[in-house]
Amino acid sequence: MAKTKKNISWDLSPAPESAGHVTIDKRYELFIDGKFVPPATKKYFKTVNPATEEVLSEIALAGDKDIDKAVKAARKAYENTWSKISAAERGKYIYRIARLLQERAREFAVIETLDGGKPIRESRDVDVPLAASHFFYHAGWADKLDYAFANTSPTSLGVVGQIIPWNFPLLMAAWKIAPALACGNTVVLKPAETTSLTALKLAELIRDAGLPDGVVNIVTGAGDTGKALVEHPDVNKIAFTGSTAVGKMIRQSLAGTPKKLTLELGGKAANIVFEDAAIDQAVEGIVNGIYFNQGHVCCAGSRLFVEESVADEVIRKLKHRMNHLIVGDPMDKNTDVGAINSKGQLQTIEKYLKAGEKDGFEMYQSQAAIPKKGFWCKPTLFTNVSQSSIISKEEIFGPVLAMQTFRTIDEVIDKANNTPYGLSAGVWTDKGSKIFNLTTRLQAGVVWANTFNKFDPTSPFGGYKESGFGREGGIHGLSAYLNFQG
Amino acid sequence: MAKKNSTTNEGIAVMKTYKIFIGGAFPRSESGRYYPVRNGSDELIANVCLSSRKDFRNAVVAARKAQAGWSAKTAYNRSQIIYRIAEMLQQKKELFVKEMKDLGYTDRRARDEFTASVDYLVHYAGWCDKYVQVFSSVNPVASSHFNFSVPEPMGVVAGFASNESALLGLLEAFIPAICGGNTSIVLASEDHPTCAISLAEVVATSDVPGGTVNVLTGSRKELLPHFTSHMDVNAFLIWDTEAADSIKIGQEAAENMKRVKFYNSQDSAVLSPQRIIDLQEIKTTWHPIENISGAASGY
Repeated sequence: MAKTKKNISWDLSPAPESAGHVTIDKRYELFIDGKFVPPATKKYFKTVNPATEEVLSEIALAGDKDIDKAVKAARKAYENTWSKISAAERGKYIYRIARLLQERAREFAVIETLDGGKPIRESRDVDVPLAASHFFYHAGWADKLDYAFANTSPTSLGVVGQIIPWNFPLLMAAWKIAPALACGNTVVLKPAETTSLTALKLAELIRDAGLPDGVVNIVTGAGDTGKALVEHPDVNKIAFTGSTAVGKMIRQSLAGTPKKLTLELGGKAANIVFEDAAIDQAVEGIVNGIYFNQGHVCCAGSRLFVEESVADEVIRKLKHRMNHLIVGDPMDKNTDVGAINSKGQLQTIEKYLKAGEKDGFEMYQSQAAIPKKGFWCKPTLFTNVSQSSIISKEEIFGPVLAMQTFRTIDEVIDKANNTPYGLSAGVWTDKGSKIFNLTTRLQAGVVWANTFNKFDPTSPFGGYKESGFGREGGIHGLSAYLNFQG
Repeated sequence: MAKKNSTTNEGIAVMKTYKIFIGGAFPRSESGRYYPVRNGSDELIANVCLSSRKDFRNAVVAARKAQAGWSAKTAYNRSQIIYRIAEMLQQKKELFVKEMKDLGYTDRRARDEFTASVDYLVHYAGWCDKYVQVFSSVNPVASSHFNFSVPEPMGVVAGFASNESALLGLLEAFIPAICGGNTSIVLASEDHPTCAISLAEVVATSDVPGGTVNVLTGSRKELLPHFTSHMDVNAFLIWDTEAADSIKIGQEAAENMKRVKFYNSQDSAVLSPQRIIDLQEIKTTWHPIENISGAASGY
């Protein structure tokens, strides 16, 4: 073979996605009763690209009056149109949303990445296609609900208030809006304050789909805006995805009211690797479990349990793999780990890194170079952590993995279940009977065996214990938006 | 209580001491407290235990300890055990009718409720190995994975039985729970406690493992905050709540995200698998499939 010169760079060339075809307005208003209207508060807040710290746009801040206006519009739409048209027609509107979203998929993916910092590869391949499929799947349920819930005469609830987080902005909007509409409800949705753009773009799309005015209303703002929605007396149901602390506050504030509630809250998932697992695939699963979407995932596999006999091998391979993760420009199609969603979240993560180091656990961070501007956190692994440490108990919501080892099945099940959370879990082994032993005994709403972080509109998602209650997706998710007789 | 002049050839009647039911045993309240239960003629029927917070906490420990074993039993086995409760109950008909009449029931109402109670047990015995099929699904995900969702017990379920009823109301407060593999702690109707303890004696002789069902008697007002705030209780059931209580229940249950179900004694739909599914979580499991219909296997 010909001699090649030394120091070949194996780095991939930049492969940036273009933002040229995307328009982001300088200012976004509230979407109420089919129109974009300025907020009664006359206030706006800035939304920032977390990868560059550049201001992308300014967003209307909805106050109590705006929420009231949105709820009234939703009530009027519920009474006058949405509950009057046939279920099949309702379904056809939702199908339209799915199709329009597919058509504009690239644009939505780019905006999602610019506004939220997630790698374009994920917004392009995961968030946007899944969001479209959620609308498509649920559209078909609209005229089939009697088959889903036999002998119970399901009926719609009325006006639904929905509050979503910043980690999967468009996807969470789809998870919330699609089943609510399919079940015959009208919606007031509040996106997270750092990631309003794709929800507002979705509002444009919903308007273009010709949905009757007021069926979907999108109101932007922070915690106070959400609080006003939760406390509005004419809302029949609240669906919230977010932190366990806020979920508890919402539940307390709704106590004694007739409002229905579903909560999809935090998690601290155990990802369990046995010595008989396909180790290379398990390492991929560990990486996907915790570093996907910068670890901003409520079901992230943030607690790794490795059988003692293969711990050294798993750590070696994991570190090797971590060093090959490309951290940086989210708009680059090669990027694996994008920007942390906000400065505040970065500070939270750094607080946990310090806590882990202070507790004396061994911290390893990938060798990746990170950009100077923007909010970044290198993929991080803590080994030999103790079960009672802060980093293995609390949800960090960042690319930080806390690893422990184990010797017996009973031991690892005890450790895995010893948490107030119960959203998800993972298990890696080639032995079928062991898989079913584990998946049966792990207390979590979603259990991934020999895979991790997979999502689908037909697959119910939601937690046990303090990870909340109710399901989203699948036949089980529909019941969150229906009343039943008997 | 006992008539003083019991007929001489039968001897003096031996009266029953009504105790609470925790972990398969019948202790008195650790507090040593009691409250009197009287019949319509204001005669003392019994002194029943006025259970304390500590009794409740002991019952939760017993229920938690029993939960893994009870939920691991086959559905067929649970079905037979609940059917066995019906068998044991049926043969004590006259005892229960008498106890209900002592508590103010008419003869007709007592006999109707007794029959309905046996039928209730037989109905739910049959659900044990069927509700999972009715409420499960295999989900056709758009990737090469096998994906299914099944109901699983929430864990430890604590409940306040309807105060309106002596027997059927008590069954409603724990049978759907244990059908689905939960273990249970029930506070009996405050006004009808004796029947509840006799039912506990039936349960104790029906092959129900100790700790699976625990029955307390006592004050609803006193025990409510303890039931709703206990951190190791997964779900709380209550019948006929007053508005003020429902606020407190919701607020205290939020601390560990206890699931709460409010029921109404007037509700006719008691024979519904919905009562079982109310106390179940849905678990979804994913596993890769090697390459079907050209889709890549996604690990």
